[in-house]
Amino acid sequence: MTLLETSGRRAMHSGLTPEKLLLSARGIRKSYRKGPAEVPVLRGVDLQVYQGELLAIIGQSGSGKSTLLHVLGTLDAPDEGEIHFDGQRIDRMAPLLQDSFRNQRLGMIFQFYHLLPELTTLENVLAPLMIRDSVWRYWRNRRRYRAEAERLLEMVGLGHRLKHRPRELSGGEMQRAAIARALIARPELLLADEPTGNLDRNTGGEIMRLLRSLNEHENLTIVMVTHDQSIAAAADRIVRLADGRIAA
Amino acid sequence: MYKLLLCLRYLRTRWIALASIVSVMLGVATMIVVNSVMAGFAREMEDRIHGVLADLSFQARDFNGAPDADWHMEQIRRIAGDYIEGMTPVVVVPGMLNFRVGGNWMTQQVEIVGIEEQSHSLVSDYARYLQHPENRRQFAWSLRDGGYDVYDHQAGSEAPARPQMNEAGWSHRRYVAEREMFEERLRRNRTPQAFAPSSLGQQAPAAAPATESAAMAAPAEVGEPRRSETPEPNESAAAPRDFAADAGGTSAGTAGANAGESASPPPAADPFLNRADPFAPYNAASAPMESSFDPRQHQHTGAVLGMAMASFRGRDGADRFIMLPGDDVKLTFPTVGMPPKILSDEFTVVDLYESKMSEYDSRFVFVPIRKLQELRGMIDPTTGVGMFNSIQIKLKPGVDGNMVRDLLAAQFPEELFIVATWRDKQGALLAAVQMETAILNVLLFLIIAVAGFGILAIFFMIVFEKTRDIGILKSLGAHGRGVMGIFLSYGLSLGAVGSGVGMVMGLLFVRYINEIADLLGRITGRKVFDPSIYYFYSIPAIVEPATVAWIVGGAMLIAVAASVAPALQAARLHPVEALRYE
Repeated sequence: MTLLETSGRRAMHSGLTPEKLLLSARGIRKSYRKGPAEVPVLRGVDLQVYQGELLAIIGQSGSGKSTLLHVLGTLDAPDEGEIHFDGQRIDRMAPLLQDSFRNQRLGMIFQFYHLLPELTTLENVLAPLMIRDSVWRYWRNRRRYRAEAERLLEMVGLGHRLKHRPRELSGGEMQRAAIARALIARPELLLADEPTGNLDRNTGGEIMRLLRSLNEHENLTIVMVTHDQSIAAAADRIVRLADGRIAA
Repeated sequence: MYKLLLCLRYLRTRWIALASIVSVMLGVATMIVVNSVMAGFAREMEDRIHGVLADLSFQARDFNGAPDADWHMEQIRRIAGDYIEGMTPVVVVPGMLNFRVGGNWMTQQVEIVGIEEQSHSLVSDYARYLQHPENRRQFAWSLRDGGYDVYDHQAGSEAPARPQMNEAGWSHRRYVAEREMFEERLRRNRTPQAFAPSSLGQQAPAAAPATESAAMAAPAEVGEPRRSETPEPNESAAAPRDFAADAGGTSAGTAGANAGESASPPPAADPFLNRADPFAPYNAASAPMESSFDPRQHQHTGAVLGMAMASFRGRDGADRFIMLPGDDVKLTFPTVGMPPKILSDEFTVVDLYESKMSEYDSRFVFVPIRKLQELRGMIDPTTGVGMFNSIQIKLKPGVDGNMVRDLLAAQFPEELFIVATWRDKQGALLAAVQMETAILNVLLFLIIAVAGFGILAIFFMIVFEKTRDIGILKSLGAHGRGVMGIFLSYGLSLGAVGSGVGMVMGLLFVRYINEIADLLGRITGRKVFDPSIYYFYSIPAIVEPATVAWIVGGAMLIAVAASVAPALQAARLHPVEALRYE
C-alpha cells in the first residue's frame, strides 16, 4: 500500500501548486554512423517533463523517438546537449552512477516487454531489487520484497501468474509484468517505449488504462513514446517529434 | 543477487555447457589417478630404497676398506653426534654365490655384505624384510626350526601363498642331509641288480648307461613317500671318504641326470616341489665332511640371501623356491692383499631377505661381518681390529641428511671417503620418476586447458544468445561488472562441478584401482598389472590431499580464465544495441 500512500502528490497535478520540472533536455543531438555517412537522428531536441504528468511523444517510425527515450534514460549518450533530472545533470554521469540512477529512479517498459526468459514472473519483477541489493541485504529483506512484488502483480492483474515463465504469458500479461517490474523500485519517472506497439487494440487499451491509473493514483510521472495517435490521446500532454526535432 | 540467480538458472537450462566440462572432469580424474599411482610407485620405491640404504653412508673409496671402524665411528660421533641416532660398520665385497639346484651347481654374481646383526637392524629396515617373524623381532645367524612365513608379510591377502616355506628350517636341512646320507649308503653298497627292474629305468633312453639311469631313477622312486621314510643314523657318513672317486661319480651322475631329465617326462606336476629328491644326493660328495660336522645338527655360518636369488615368480604371481632356509651355499670372494686371492667358504641360508627392490633382492647376500673380515684377511692379527668398507648412519628424525653429509665430507679426506645420502645413491632413479610425473602432469594439464577452450567457445555462444537479456539487465541498472560477474561465476560453477565430479571419480578410481585393473584384465584377457613383473601384488596408490587440491584448483582456474573473455564481452555490450538485438 505504500505506493498508494504517496498519492498526496496528486495535489500538484491538480494545479494547486506550480508544477515542478522533473526532467529537462536541452539541445539534444544524436547521430548514428552508417559506414562513411553520418545519419543524424536527433537534431536539437528540447523537452521538459513536469512532475506528475503523463507525456506522450508521438512520431513516425524512424523519427528518433526511441533514441530520444534511450538518451533520456541514460542508456545512450547524446552527442550534444544536456539532460537534467531533478536538477542534476545525468548525461555526463559516471557509468556506475548512471546504472544506479536507472535502477533506483527510473522505470522502463518496452515494446517487446523484455522480460528475462529464465526467471518466473515474480522473479522478473524482483530483478531490479536483486540488482540493487547485495546478496545479504536482499536475503534479509526477501519477505518484504516478495510481498511488495506480489502486491504489484496483484495490482496489474497478474496475481495468479506468479510462478509462470514469460513464455507462458500472453503479450498483455507480459507487458503488465514489465510494468510491475518497472514499479518495484518505486521510480520517479516511468519511460515507456511503445508500450502497446505489439498488442491488439483491446489489450493496448487496457495497458493504457493501467498507466493512466498509475499516473493518477500513484502520481507517477510517465513519458511515453508512440506512433499511435489514439493511444497518445490518453496523455496529459502530447509533443510531436518530427525530423529529429520537437515540432510543437 | 541476480548474478547468483541467473547463474544458477543458466546452469540449469544450458546443458550444453555441462557437456563442455566433461573434459574438465575427465582431465581432473585422470590427473588424480596418475598422480596417485605415480606417487604410490615413487613412495613404494623410496621406501624400499631407503629401507635398504641407511640415511647416510660413509664409504671408503678403497675396495679393500679402511681400518678401524670404531675409531671412525668415534670421529663421526664427535663431528655430528647430535644428529646421529645409530651407526653400523659394513664390509661389502662382490663375489659369487654357488648353490645346487636339482643336482647342478649354479653360480650367481652377488654383493656380499658383512653386517653386525644387532646394530644393522637399528640403522636400516633390514630386519623388517626377513621371512621369519622371530628374525624380524630379533635377528640371529642361526637357522630356525621352522615357522618361516608362508604368507608374504609385506603384502596383503592378494599375494599367493608360498607353501614351500612350510618346510624351511631345520626340518628341511635334516631332510636334505638324510637324503644325502641315504644316497651315500646306496653308493657304498651299490649293486646294479638291486635297481635294475625299475619302471622309470625302462623309460630311460637306450643311449644312457643302464646303471646310471637306474641310479638316477631310484631316488625318485624312493622319494615318493617323502616324510614317511625313517632314516637310520649312518655312522659311516662321518668316516673319511675318497674324494676323487666321489667327484667322478658326481659328474657321471650329473650327466646322466641331465640326459634323463631331457628325455623323460617330469615325474610330478611341479618339478620344483620335489626338486631335492632326484638329484641332490649326487652332490653330497662336495659337502665338507669334517668328522665333527653333522649337517642334521650343525650349520655353517649363517647367511641371508635375497629373495630373488632363492626364488622366481611364475606367471600366476606365485613364488617358486630353488633354495630354502636350511640349504647350504658357497660364497666365493677375493681376499684383501696384493695380489688378491680367491677364497671360498660354506654358509647356511638362515633366512631370506625381501625388500621388493629387485636390484637389491637379486644381489645382496648378508653374512656376519666378523666372519667376512676374518675370511678376507681384514683383521689385524696383532690388535684384532677389523677393516670396514662403509659405515651406515641413521640420523635422528627430521635431521637434514644433506647438511650432515656436507659436515662429514668436510672433515674427512675426500680422496679416501665418500659421504652420500640414500637419495644421492639412487638419485638418478628417483629423478627419473619425478621427471616422468612432471611430464605426465604437463600433458594432462594441457587436456584440461583444451577443455578450457571448449568452455570459451560455448561461453561466447551463450553471451551471443543472451545479448538481449544482458541489455535488459543493463536497462534495469545492472553494472557492467555485475554482468561480467554472472558469466565469471557461471564459469566458476562449471569448473567447480566439473572438477568436483572429476575429483570424486578420480578418488573412487584410485580407491578401487586394483578391482578395476582386474576387471580390465578379465575383459581384455591380458593382465593390466602383472605381479610377475612387479614386486608388488597390487597397484600402490597414494592420494596426496595437496596434489588433489592443486589439480582441482587449477581446473577451476582454467574454467574461470576461459570465461573471462566472454564475460568481458558481455560487460561491454552497449545496452541499446543489446536491446535491439533480436
